[in-house]
Amino acid sequence: MATFIAIVLAAVLTNNFITVKTYGICPFLGVSKKSSSALGMGVAVTVVMVLATLVTYPIYTYVMVPLGIDFLEIIFFIFIIASLVQMLEVVIRKISPSLYNAMGVYLPLITTNCAVLGVAELVIGDMTSILGEGVAMNIGWAALYSLFAGLGFTLVMLIMSGMREKLNYYKTPKAITGFPIAMVTACFICMAFTVFSYI
Amino acid sequence: MNKYKKITLDGLIYQNPTFMLVLGTCPTLGLISSAFSSLGMGLTVLVILTLSNILISLLRKIIPNEVRIPCYIVIIATLVTFARMFLEKFVPDLYESLGGFLALIVVNCIILGRAEAFANKHTVLESTVDGLANGLGFTAAITVMGIICEFFGNGSLFGFKIMEFKMSMLATPAGAFLVYGICIAVFVYIIDAIERAKRVKVNKLSRENLLKEAA
Repeated sequence: MATFIAIVLAAVLTNNFITVKTYGICPFLGVSKKSSSALGMGVAVTVVMVLATLVTYPIYTYVMVPLGIDFLEIIFFIFIIASLVQMLEVVIRKISPSLYNAMGVYLPLITTNCAVLGVAELVIGDMTSILGEGVAMNIGWAALYSLFAGLGFTLVMLIMSGMREKLNYYKTPKAITGFPIAMVTACFICMAFTVFSYI
Repeated sequence: MNKYKKITLDGLIYQNPTFMLVLGTCPTLGLISSAFSSLGMGLTVLVILTLSNILISLLRKIIPNEVRIPCYIVIIATLVTFARMFLEKFVPDLYESLGGFLALIVVNCIILGRAEAFANKHTVLESTVDGLANGLGFTAAITVMGIICEFFGNGSLFGFKIMEFKMSMLATPAGAFLVYGICIAVFVYIIDAIERAKRVKVNKLSRENLLKEAA
Protein backbone atom coordinates (compact mmCIF):
# COMPACT_ATOMS: atom_id res chain seq x y z
CA MET A 1 0.00 0.00 0.00
CA ALA A 2 2.85 2.39 0.88
CA THR A 3 4.43 1.66 -2.50
CA PHE A 4 1.10 2.31 -4.23
CA ILE A 5 0.76 5.74 -2.61
CA ALA A 6 4.42 6.55 -3.29
CA ILE A 7 4.02 5.72 -6.98
CA VAL A 8 0.80 7.73 -7.34
CA LEU A 9 2.23 10.82 -5.60
CA ALA A 10 5.52 10.62 -7.51
CA ALA A 11 3.94 10.10 -10.91
CA VAL A 12 1.24 12.76 -10.64
CA LEU A 13 2.86 15.48 -8.54
CA THR A 14 6.51 15.29 -7.51
CA ASN A 15 7.84 13.77 -10.74
CA ASN A 16 5.21 15.13 -13.09
CA PHE A 17 6.21 14.44 -16.70
CA ILE A 18 5.69 17.96 -18.02
CA THR A 19 6.60 20.22 -15.14
CA VAL A 20 9.51 18.33 -13.59
CA LYS A 21 10.89 15.93 -16.21
CA THR A 22 9.98 18.10 -19.25
CA TYR A 23 8.87 15.12 -21.35
CA GLY A 24 6.10 15.57 -23.92
CA ILE A 25 6.43 19.32 -24.39
CA CYS A 26 5.46 19.32 -28.09
CA PRO A 27 1.80 18.33 -27.49
CA PHE A 28 1.80 20.42 -24.32
CA LEU A 29 2.52 23.57 -26.34
CA GLY A 30 0.88 22.53 -29.60
CA VAL A 31 -2.49 21.07 -28.57
CA SER A 32 -3.28 23.14 -25.47
CA LYS A 33 -5.20 25.97 -27.13
CA LYS A 34 -8.63 24.47 -26.31
CA SER A 35 -9.69 22.45 -23.26
CA SER A 36 -11.50 19.80 -25.33
CA SER A 37 -8.48 19.04 -27.52
CA ALA A 38 -6.17 19.09 -24.48
CA LEU A 39 -8.37 16.51 -22.76
CA GLY A 40 -8.48 14.34 -25.91
CA MET A 41 -4.71 14.43 -26.30
CA GLY A 42 -4.16 13.70 -22.62
CA VAL A 43 -6.44 10.65 -22.65
CA ALA A 44 -4.91 9.34 -25.88
CA VAL A 45 -1.39 9.72 -24.48
CA THR A 46 -2.38 7.98 -21.23
CA VAL A 47 -3.88 4.99 -23.08
CA VAL A 48 -0.83 4.62 -25.33
CA MET A 49 1.57 4.98 -22.40
CA VAL A 50 -0.10 2.18 -20.41
CA LEU A 51 -0.31 -0.13 -23.43
CA ALA A 52 3.29 0.62 -24.43
CA THR A 53 4.57 -0.17 -20.92
CA LEU A 54 2.51 -3.38 -20.79
CA VAL A 55 4.17 -4.55 -24.02
CA THR A 56 7.72 -3.19 -23.75
CA TYR A 57 8.40 -4.11 -20.10
CA PRO A 58 7.87 -7.91 -20.48
CA ILE A 59 9.64 -7.96 -23.84
CA TYR A 60 12.65 -6.20 -22.33
CA THR A 61 12.81 -8.29 -19.12
CA TYR A 62 11.90 -11.74 -20.45
CA VAL A 63 13.18 -11.67 -24.04
CA MET A 64 15.84 -9.05 -24.62
CA VAL A 65 17.85 -9.34 -21.38
CA PRO A 66 18.13 -13.19 -21.45
CA LEU A 67 19.15 -13.07 -25.12
CA GLY A 68 21.70 -10.34 -24.43
CA ILE A 69 20.27 -7.91 -26.98
CA ASP A 70 19.25 -5.22 -24.49
CA PHE A 71 21.45 -2.68 -26.31
CA LEU A 72 18.85 -2.69 -29.11
CA GLU A 73 16.18 -1.33 -26.77
CA ILE A 74 15.71 2.00 -28.57
CA ILE A 75 15.07 0.40 -31.95
CA PHE A 76 12.72 -2.23 -30.48
CA PHE A 77 10.79 0.23 -28.35
CA ILE A 78 10.19 2.79 -31.07
CA PHE A 79 8.98 0.05 -33.40
CA ILE A 80 6.65 -1.41 -30.76
CA ILE A 81 5.21 2.04 -30.01
CA ALA A 82 4.74 2.92 -33.69
CA SER A 83 2.95 -0.34 -34.49
CA LEU A 84 0.89 -0.12 -31.28
CA VAL A 85 -0.35 3.32 -32.26
CA GLN A 86 -1.25 2.09 -35.75
CA MET A 87 -3.13 -0.93 -34.32
CA LEU A 88 -4.94 1.20 -31.77
CA GLU A 89 -6.06 3.54 -34.54
CA VAL A 90 -7.53 0.65 -36.58
CA VAL A 91 -9.22 -0.91 -33.52
CA ILE A 92 -10.79 2.35 -32.34
CA ARG A 93 -12.06 3.15 -35.83
CA LYS A 94 -13.71 -0.29 -35.99
CA ILE A 95 -15.23 -0.32 -32.48
CA SER A 96 -16.32 3.25 -31.92
CA PRO A 97 -16.35 5.77 -34.80
CA SER A 98 -17.39 8.62 -32.46
CA LEU A 99 -14.41 8.00 -30.19
CA TYR A 100 -12.25 7.82 -33.31
CA ASN A 101 -13.51 11.22 -34.41
CA ALA A 102 -12.71 12.69 -31.00
CA MET A 103 -9.33 11.02 -30.48
CA GLY A 104 -8.20 9.88 -33.93
CA VAL A 105 -6.43 13.05 -35.02
CA TYR A 106 -4.09 12.92 -32.03
CA LEU A 107 -3.09 9.28 -32.41
CA PRO A 108 -0.51 9.57 -35.23
CA LEU A 109 1.17 12.43 -33.35
CA ILE A 110 1.75 10.22 -30.33
CA THR A 111 4.40 8.06 -32.01
CA THR A 112 6.85 10.94 -31.83
CA ASN A 113 5.82 11.96 -28.32
CA CYS A 114 8.74 11.84 -25.89
CA ALA A 115 6.46 10.91 -23.00
CA VAL A 116 5.65 7.44 -24.38
CA LEU A 117 9.23 6.42 -25.18
CA GLY A 118 10.31 8.19 -21.99
CA VAL A 119 8.08 6.11 -19.73
CA ALA A 120 9.13 2.89 -21.48
CA GLU A 121 12.77 3.79 -20.85
CA LEU A 122 12.13 4.94 -17.27
CA VAL A 123 10.47 1.77 -16.00
CA ILE A 124 13.31 -0.44 -17.19
CA GLY A 125 15.86 1.83 -15.52
CA ASP A 126 16.64 2.43 -11.86
CA MET A 127 13.38 3.21 -10.00
CA THR A 128 14.48 2.71 -6.36
CA SER A 129 14.07 6.40 -5.54
CA ILE A 130 10.34 6.14 -6.28
CA LEU A 131 9.55 2.58 -5.18
CA GLY A 132 11.57 2.71 -1.96
CA GLU A 133 14.30 0.31 -0.83
CA GLY A 134 13.71 -3.41 -1.13
CA VAL A 135 10.70 -3.28 -3.45
CA ALA A 136 11.33 -5.11 -6.69
CA MET A 137 10.04 -3.64 -9.93
CA ASN A 138 7.42 -5.72 -11.69
CA ILE A 139 4.98 -5.27 -14.52
CA GLY A 140 2.14 -4.22 -12.19
CA TRP A 141 4.10 -1.31 -10.70
CA ALA A 142 5.33 -0.39 -14.19
CA ALA A 143 1.78 -0.20 -15.57
CA LEU A 144 0.57 1.72 -12.50
CA TYR A 145 3.40 4.22 -12.82
CA SER A 146 2.70 4.82 -16.50
CA LEU A 147 -1.06 5.16 -15.85
CA PHE A 148 -0.58 7.83 -13.21
CA ALA A 149 2.18 9.56 -15.17
CA GLY A 150 -0.33 9.83 -18.02
CA LEU A 151 -2.97 11.22 -15.67
CA GLY A 152 -0.48 13.79 -14.39
CA PHE A 153 0.24 14.74 -18.01
CA THR A 154 -3.52 15.18 -18.64
CA LEU A 155 -3.88 17.30 -15.49
CA VAL A 156 -1.17 19.75 -16.56
CA MET A 157 -2.55 19.85 -20.13
CA LEU A 158 -5.98 20.83 -18.74
CA ILE A 159 -4.58 23.54 -16.46
CA MET A 160 -2.53 24.95 -19.33
CA SER A 161 -5.46 24.95 -21.78
CA GLY A 162 -7.66 26.75 -19.24
CA MET A 163 -5.05 29.46 -18.81
CA ARG A 164 -4.53 29.84 -22.56
CA GLU A 165 -8.27 30.17 -23.16
CA LYS A 166 -8.27 33.08 -20.70
CA LEU A 167 -5.14 34.57 -22.33
CA ASN A 168 -7.02 34.93 -25.62
CA TYR A 169 -8.92 37.89 -24.13
CA TYR A 170 -5.77 39.94 -23.67
CA LYS A 171 -3.80 41.75 -26.34
CA THR A 172 -0.07 41.02 -26.31
CA PRO A 173 2.80 42.60 -28.32
CA LYS A 174 3.56 40.87 -31.61
CA ALA A 175 6.91 39.40 -30.59
CA ILE A 176 5.41 37.76 -27.49
CA THR A 177 2.26 36.36 -29.11
CA GLY A 178 2.15 32.59 -29.53
CA PHE A 179 4.93 30.45 -28.11
CA PRO A 180 6.69 32.98 -25.83
CA ILE A 181 3.57 33.85 -23.83
CA ALA A 182 2.64 30.15 -23.65
CA MET A 183 6.08 29.38 -22.22
CA VAL A 184 5.82 32.13 -19.62
CA THR A 185 2.42 30.68 -18.64
CA ALA A 186 4.00 27.24 -18.39
CA CYS A 187 6.71 28.75 -16.17
CA PHE A 188 4.09 29.70 -13.58
CA ILE A 189 2.49 26.25 -13.69
CA CYS A 190 5.95 24.72 -13.15
CA MET A 191 6.57 26.98 -10.17
CA ALA A 192 3.30 25.82 -8.62
CA PHE A 193 4.31 22.20 -9.13
CA THR A 194 7.78 22.80 -7.67
CA VAL A 195 6.09 23.20 -4.27
CA PHE A 196 5.12 19.51 -4.36
CA SER A 197 8.76 18.43 -4.49
CA TYR A 198 9.18 19.65 -0.90
CA ILE A 199 6.69 17.07 0.39
CA MET B 1 27.01 28.89 -54.36
CA ASN B 2 24.04 31.12 -53.63
CA LYS B 3 21.91 28.00 -53.02
CA TYR B 4 24.20 26.76 -50.23
CA LYS B 5 24.30 30.20 -48.65
CA LYS B 6 20.50 30.25 -48.54
CA ILE B 7 20.35 26.74 -46.98
CA THR B 8 22.88 27.75 -44.34
CA LEU B 9 21.15 31.02 -43.46
CA ASP B 10 17.76 29.26 -43.29
CA GLY B 11 19.05 26.62 -40.90
CA LEU B 12 20.97 29.04 -38.72
CA ILE B 13 18.61 32.02 -38.54
CA TYR B 14 15.43 32.30 -40.61
CA GLN B 15 14.21 28.77 -39.86
CA ASN B 16 16.22 28.14 -36.73
CA PRO B 17 14.77 24.89 -35.33
CA THR B 18 14.80 26.09 -31.73
CA PHE B 19 13.66 29.71 -31.96
CA MET B 20 11.63 30.00 -35.17
CA LEU B 21 10.08 26.53 -35.56
CA VAL B 22 10.10 25.59 -31.82
CA LEU B 23 11.03 21.94 -32.46
CA GLY B 24 12.90 19.57 -30.17
CA THR B 25 11.68 21.37 -27.06
CA CYS B 26 11.90 18.48 -24.58
CA PRO B 27 15.72 18.11 -24.46
CA THR B 28 16.09 21.90 -24.68
CA LEU B 29 13.95 22.55 -21.62
CA GLY B 30 15.30 19.57 -19.73
CA LEU B 31 18.99 20.31 -20.16
CA ILE B 32 19.48 24.09 -20.26
CA SER B 33 20.05 24.25 -16.50
CA SER B 34 23.68 23.33 -17.25
CA ALA B 35 25.78 24.77 -20.08
CA PHE B 36 27.94 21.62 -20.34
CA SER B 37 25.06 19.23 -20.88
CA SER B 38 23.29 21.57 -23.31
CA LEU B 39 26.45 21.93 -25.41
CA GLY B 40 26.87 18.14 -25.33
CA MET B 41 23.27 17.62 -26.40
CA GLY B 42 23.67 20.15 -29.21
CA LEU B 43 26.80 18.48 -30.57
CA THR B 44 25.26 14.99 -30.34
CA VAL B 45 22.20 16.16 -32.28
CA LEU B 46 24.46 17.93 -34.81
CA VAL B 47 26.35 14.71 -35.56
CA ILE B 48 23.24 12.50 -35.68
CA LEU B 49 21.32 15.01 -37.80
CA THR B 50 24.12 15.35 -40.35
CA LEU B 51 24.65 11.58 -40.61
CA SER B 52 20.92 10.84 -40.89
CA ASN B 53 20.53 13.54 -43.56
CA ILE B 54 23.42 12.02 -45.56
CA LEU B 55 22.10 8.44 -45.24
CA ILE B 56 18.48 9.34 -46.05
CA SER B 57 19.51 11.45 -49.00
CA LEU B 58 21.70 8.60 -50.31
CA LEU B 59 18.81 6.14 -49.96
CA ARG B 60 16.06 8.50 -51.16
CA LYS B 61 15.59 6.70 -54.51
CA ILE B 62 15.57 3.22 -52.88
CA ILE B 63 13.15 3.79 -49.98
CA PRO B 64 9.54 3.26 -51.14
CA ASN B 65 7.33 6.27 -50.51
CA GLU B 66 4.67 4.36 -48.53
CA VAL B 67 6.98 3.07 -45.78
CA ARG B 68 9.39 5.98 -45.65
CA ILE B 69 8.66 7.06 -42.05
CA PRO B 70 9.47 3.63 -40.48
CA CYS B 71 12.65 3.50 -42.60
CA TYR B 72 13.73 6.94 -41.36
CA ILE B 73 12.99 5.95 -37.77
CA VAL B 74 15.12 2.80 -38.07
CA ILE B 75 18.04 4.79 -39.51
CA ILE B 76 17.77 7.41 -36.75
CA ALA B 77 17.34 4.82 -33.97
CA THR B 78 20.44 2.97 -35.17
CA LEU B 79 22.48 6.18 -35.16
CA VAL B 80 21.22 7.04 -31.67
CA THR B 81 22.16 3.57 -30.41
CA PHE B 82 25.69 4.07 -31.80
CA ALA B 83 25.91 7.53 -30.22
CA ARG B 84 24.78 6.13 -26.87
CA MET B 85 27.46 3.40 -26.91
CA PHE B 86 30.11 5.89 -28.00
CA LEU B 87 29.27 8.40 -25.24
CA GLU B 88 29.00 5.68 -22.57
CA LYS B 89 32.49 4.44 -23.46
CA PHE B 90 34.40 7.66 -24.17
CA VAL B 91 32.55 10.54 -22.45
CA PRO B 92 30.90 9.00 -19.36
CA ASP B 93 30.41 12.44 -17.71
CA LEU B 94 28.24 13.61 -20.57
CA TYR B 95 26.42 10.25 -20.70
CA GLU B 96 25.47 10.67 -17.05
CA SER B 97 24.29 14.27 -17.40
CA LEU B 98 22.19 13.65 -20.52
CA GLY B 99 20.35 10.80 -18.80
CA GLY B 100 17.07 9.81 -20.41
CA PHE B 101 17.24 12.52 -23.05
CA LEU B 102 19.92 10.62 -24.97
CA ALA B 103 17.45 7.87 -25.93
CA LEU B 104 14.80 10.49 -26.64
CA ILE B 105 16.85 11.93 -29.54
CA VAL B 106 15.01 9.27 -31.62
CA VAL B 107 11.73 11.16 -31.23
CA ASN B 108 13.37 14.60 -31.58
CA CYS B 109 11.21 16.37 -34.18
CA ILE B 110 14.18 18.24 -35.68
CA ILE B 111 15.82 15.11 -37.09
CA LEU B 112 12.67 13.47 -38.47
CA GLY B 113 11.47 16.88 -39.66
CA ARG B 114 14.63 17.57 -41.70
CA ALA B 115 14.54 14.04 -43.12
CA GLU B 116 10.94 14.47 -44.23
CA ALA B 117 11.11 18.11 -45.34
CA PHE B 118 14.57 18.28 -46.90
CA ALA B 119 16.76 15.18 -47.16
CA ASN B 120 14.33 13.04 -49.15
CA LYS B 121 14.15 15.49 -52.05
CA HIS B 122 17.67 16.98 -52.24
CA THR B 123 21.15 15.84 -53.25
CA VAL B 124 23.66 14.47 -50.76
CA LEU B 125 25.77 17.63 -50.68
CA GLU B 126 22.79 19.90 -50.10
CA SER B 127 21.47 17.61 -47.37
CA THR B 128 24.85 17.60 -45.64
CA VAL B 129 24.96 21.39 -45.62
CA ASP B 130 21.37 21.50 -44.38
CA GLY B 131 22.10 19.03 -41.58
CA LEU B 132 25.19 20.97 -40.49
CA ALA B 133 23.37 24.31 -40.60
CA ASN B 134 20.34 23.12 -38.66
CA GLY B 135 22.50 21.25 -36.15
CA LEU B 136 24.65 24.34 -35.60
CA GLY B 137 21.53 26.49 -35.22
CA PHE B 138 20.21 24.10 -32.58
CA THR B 139 23.59 23.87 -30.82
CA ALA B 140 24.05 27.65 -30.75
CA ALA B 141 20.55 28.28 -29.43
CA ILE B 142 20.63 25.61 -26.71
CA THR B 143 24.16 26.60 -25.61
CA VAL B 144 23.28 30.30 -25.34
CA MET B 145 20.25 29.44 -23.20
CA GLY B 146 22.33 26.99 -21.17
CA ILE B 147 24.89 29.71 -20.44
CA ILE B 148 22.17 32.18 -19.38
CA CYS B 149 20.43 29.64 -17.14
CA GLU B 150 23.61 28.34 -15.52
CA PHE B 151 25.16 31.79 -15.02
CA PHE B 152 22.14 33.30 -13.28
CA GLY B 153 20.77 30.11 -11.76
CA ASN B 154 23.96 28.68 -10.33
CA GLY B 155 26.57 31.45 -10.54
CA SER B 156 28.88 29.28 -12.65
CA LEU B 157 29.83 28.67 -16.28
CA PHE B 158 30.54 25.14 -17.61
CA GLY B 159 30.96 24.03 -13.99
CA PHE B 160 33.43 26.78 -12.95
CA LYS B 161 32.32 28.98 -10.07
CA ILE B 162 32.16 32.65 -11.05
CA MET B 163 30.04 34.49 -8.51
CA GLU B 164 28.23 33.88 -5.25
CA PHE B 165 24.92 35.46 -6.30
CA LYS B 166 22.36 33.01 -7.68
CA MET B 167 18.66 32.73 -8.46
CA SER B 168 18.01 29.02 -8.03
CA MET B 169 14.64 29.31 -9.75
CA LEU B 170 16.37 29.69 -13.12
CA ALA B 171 18.02 26.28 -12.73
CA THR B 172 14.64 24.52 -12.44
CA PRO B 173 12.22 23.61 -15.30
CA ALA B 174 10.20 26.74 -14.43
CA GLY B 175 13.23 28.93 -15.12
CA ALA B 176 13.95 26.97 -18.29
CA PHE B 177 10.46 27.76 -19.61
CA LEU B 178 10.89 31.44 -18.70
CA VAL B 179 14.32 31.80 -20.34
CA TYR B 180 13.20 29.88 -23.45
CA GLY B 181 10.10 32.06 -23.85
CA ILE B 182 12.02 35.31 -23.43
CA CYS B 183 14.77 34.15 -25.82
CA ILE B 184 12.19 33.34 -28.54
CA ALA B 185 10.56 36.75 -28.06
CA VAL B 186 13.91 38.60 -28.31
CA PHE B 187 15.01 36.56 -31.34
CA VAL B 188 11.73 37.14 -33.20
CA TYR B 189 11.85 40.84 -32.34
CA ILE B 190 15.41 41.25 -33.68
CA ILE B 191 14.63 39.36 -36.91
CA ASP B 192 11.50 41.49 -37.39
CA ALA B 193 13.44 44.70 -36.82
CA ILE B 194 16.10 43.70 -39.37
CA GLU B 195 13.47 42.76 -41.95
CA ARG B 196 11.66 46.06 -41.40
CA ALA B 197 14.88 48.05 -41.79
CA LYS B 198 15.58 46.19 -45.06
CA ARG B 199 12.10 46.88 -46.38
CA VAL B 200 12.35 50.60 -45.56
CA LYS B 201 15.68 50.77 -47.43
CA VAL B 202 14.23 49.05 -50.52
CA ASN B 203 11.19 51.34 -50.48
CA LYS B 204 13.42 54.40 -50.25
CA LEU B 205 15.58 53.21 -53.16
CA SER B 206 12.59 52.52 -55.38
CA ARG B 207 11.07 55.90 -54.56
CA GLU B 208 14.32 57.65 -55.45
CA ASN B 209 14.45 55.73 -58.73
CA LEU B 210 10.88 56.76 -59.52
CA LEU B 211 11.66 60.39 -58.77
CA LYS B 212 14.74 60.22 -61.03
CA GLU B 213 12.71 58.72 -63.85
CA ALA B 214 10.05 61.38 -63.43
CA ALA B 215 12.67 64.08 -63.58
